[in-house]
Amino acid sequence: MIQGVQIDLISAERLDKMTMMEKIRLILDDVMEGNIVVLEKGLAPEEQSKLIELTMREITPDGFAGIEMETYPAKEKPGFLDRLLGKTAQARLTVIGPADQMKTIKKEKDFITAWVSSR
Amino acid sequence: MDFLFRARKKISKFLKAFFSKRQSRIGIYGPPNAGKTTLANRIVRDWTGDALGPVSEVPHETRRARRKEGIVITGNNGGSITIDIVDTPGVTTKIDYKEFLEYGLEKDEAVKRAREATEGVAEAMHWLREDINGVIYMLDSTLDPFLQVNIMMVGIIESRSLPVIIVANKIDLPDAAPQRIKSAFPQHPVISISGLEGSNVEELYEKMVEYFG
Repeated sequence: MIQGVQIDLISAERLDKMTMMEKIRLILDDVMEGNIVVLEKGLAPEEQSKLIELTMREITPDGFAGIEMETYPAKEKPGFLDRLLGKTAQARLTVIGPADQMKTIKKEKDFITAWVSSR
Repeated sequence: MDFLFRARKKISKFLKAFFSKRQSRIGIYGPPNAGKTTLANRIVRDWTGDALGPVSEVPHETRRARRKEGIVITGNNGGSITIDIVDTPGVTTKIDYKEFLEYGLEKDEAVKRAREATEGVAEAMHWLREDINGVIYMLDSTLDPFLQVNIMMVGIIESRSLPVIIVANKIDLPDAAPQRIKSAFPQHPVISISGLEGSNVEELYEKMVEYFG
């Protein structure tokens, strides 16, 4: 069998229909199996905060070591008028993988290079 | 008489609660080994003569949030703030006990440290969601500020509308490039310091009085 890594690309539409815990569980379950998850639209700050917290609870010695996650810095913060109209900072394309398989090689404001190994 | 005494006590308590300024809790956040505890110790020592916690070159030395209450910081113009300083464990998305073996720790000790560190990160995130009113975000100015954890954490802090001062630490080191931090986070005030040597901490205290007051 060909050695490789599974990559799951999740669309913005699908993410919009999911609750915070559904998204986090989907990401963690997928990454803990050794898969790479690509989110067309990234996570909201509150979801990122919860993801960090729940990732910590899943770490075990010689098992899951956590996640490597990369996204572009948020675009300019919404101004006063934007906030009045309910606009928030746009979450951006995000790649998440197991920390022991995915490494970020280079990261700039608009360019990310990552390296992934199979288990 | 007893009634009058109780009534006066109640009124006094009410007025005190109504007019006294709320004491802000300022969390020192950042990735592991950015110098959070060194700065927390310096602030506490400079203004109370006390200390907060031990420091070490081994990452995740701080694995429990530590709070020091009622620190009064006075600015040059005579204005002052009373704050609680909360030194928090370094935030990361990955912890592997094998990293600690490289610092000479035995396996059992390294596994224990890793387990406590994971609990510490979760605790730090919980404090940020529930109990923090302002943030000092510490960065090692010899490292790339675009680390994912920094981008996420600053985004999380902004989403909670908390006032944040970014500290570019370790400017005493030859590789320090605080300018990179300033260009990475232009939306926030950035103060360059050496927490270890104490250089430029007065500017940080001035900014804290102005920003958290």
